[in-house]
Amino acid sequence: MGHSKEKLIRLVDGMPAFPPSVYHILKLTADINCAPKELVRVIDLDPILTIKLLQLVNSPYFGLSRQIGSIRQAVVFVGINTIKNLALTIAPMEMLSRDTQNSPFLEGLLSHAIAVGVIARHLARREGISEVESTDFFVAGLLHDFGKIALHRFFPRKHAKALALADKKQLSLLEAEQQILDLDHAQIGALLADKWRLPPGCAASMGQHHDWRVERSSPVLDCVYAANIIAKTIGVGDSGNPVKESTLPPEVEHHLGGTLPELIGTLGDLSGEMHKVQLFIHSWQSGSSGNPIDLT
Amino acid sequence: MKIKFWGVRGSIATPGSSTVRYGGNTTCIEVRSDDNDLIILDAGTGLFPLALTLFPELPLTCHLFITHTHWDHIQGLPFFIPNFIPGNTLRIHGAYDPIARRDIREILTGQLQYCYFPVREAELKARLEYVTLRERQTVQAGSATVSNILMNHPVLNFGYRIECQGKSVFFTGDHEHLYNIYEPDDEEFAEYELFMSQKNQSIVEFIRGVDVLIADTSYTLQDYPAKKGWGHSTFDANIALAREAGVKTLFFTHHEPTRSDDALERVLEEALTRNPRQPGDPQFLLAREGLVYEL
Repeated sequence: MGHSKEKLIRLVDGMPAFPPSVYHILKLTADINCAPKELVRVIDLDPILTIKLLQLVNSPYFGLSRQIGSIRQAVVFVGINTIKNLALTIAPMEMLSRDTQNSPFLEGLLSHAIAVGVIARHLARREGISEVESTDFFVAGLLHDFGKIALHRFFPRKHAKALALADKKQLSLLEAEQQILDLDHAQIGALLADKWRLPPGCAASMGQHHDWRVERSSPVLDCVYAANIIAKTIGVGDSGNPVKESTLPPEVEHHLGGTLPELIGTLGDLSGEMHKVQLFIHSWQSGSSGNPIDLT
Repeated sequence: MKIKFWGVRGSIATPGSSTVRYGGNTTCIEVRSDDNDLIILDAGTGLFPLALTLFPELPLTCHLFITHTHWDHIQGLPFFIPNFIPGNTLRIHGAYDPIARRDIREILTGQLQYCYFPVREAELKARLEYVTLRERQTVQAGSATVSNILMNHPVLNFGYRIECQGKSVFFTGDHEHLYNIYEPDDEEFAEYELFMSQKNQSIVEFIRGVDVLIADTSYTLQDYPAKKGWGHSTFDANIALAREAGVKTLFFTHHEPTRSDDALERVLEEALTRNPRQPGDPQFLLAREGLVYEL
């Protein structure tokens, strides 16, 4: 593990910074009365988000008759509410969508991540968690497999081998990664969470979503852990892991107030919500200003 | 050109004894060109009583302009009876929704899903045409031309200007006058003021000189602080707008749903007292269901 530890550190150092604006925007927008100038301040501090927002506002989607050059100008011309909703959809996707083009594995993983985020938020709401806090559950679910994206980006061939091995031998992807790469996505997920100073729930979700233990139980981890299994069971997306658990630990069932089939039964129709997130990512990836849609 | 109001209530239909005089239907305005072209602004619940009057004209072509797709502006659409009769054409215009990523057709056919309405779009007998508009795109509606400008509401909302043979009407749809999100001692205040004045100026220029301005006037000055940011304007802001744009007649519409007829007349009177008549002022009128105004 000595060799791979160095590799890990190098790898984590090479990852981009997590935009703190994502958390701020999720928090701010959960409050219907959030001060517009606070939101603008947060967006202003994140140049990437600013550019993406302006690209969208100037795209044919909006069909504006003039060029918008700043976020404040955008707020004046299209309204604070529209900017707020736009930022809200862009912000959490930013981290996931960058690398997923042209890779069937990452495409499937993205759908899986969205499903886990949406389901984790649903489970949190069922638990009576407030809307403000439930966004943490969504982000924790969305990012839980981020270690896989990192491995896939830095060791594309070896990670592809691990995926093939897991598939062939019906091993968990975690085990296959260990065999081929001598490290796994949960390890790197934990290190990334640490580097990005993510909140404890999100860090637990990225590092411990395969290793649920009573002493580590927390509302976020319980929800993400269950959401991950539910997403695999109902077959939304593809995490690359062929091993599917058929039950939840009794403590998780107890915390969430239902068995696996019972919890699945409470989902209702989340497909619309997932579809929307997915559509957004696809249109995002295809370049909002580069490929204008036909508005005629 | 002739205008008839079929729905003047904002947000939700409000039938009942306290709204009998001004009416409880939500936004719908009929505009007729001198050649009798049928132009309809918004498809709130007022669209249904309007539709009932159209039988003598069938088959017809109707030019519908949707300011935005909030419920109170589209709820009458499934009940537009000419849609069920072959030979009619309904041409629907509206903005793209960049948040939901849907064009006007996708948004409105969503309203005809089986769980909301028993008749699907495919089962309608009329010819339905959808035109997703860009800002300031001008289209022809019979002998009239219709152009639009983006207003300020929590969804893209087009204000429409209709012109025909030297007469003109502008309808704001839902619109809140702009306000500075910064405090005067914030360093961004001045820059925001500048952007606001540019946007305000572009709206004023767009409206300038119309014969009739029909404006969302949901609130009084007293109501407004609690409703700031909800996307609706006040009597006082619209009086100022009408004066600046040099319009001839201003109709206040989108009446607040909890406001009774008596209260509505009272708050107008208060607003006119606060804003005493000046030379060259437009006439100020409350939009009323059933009222016909000839230009």
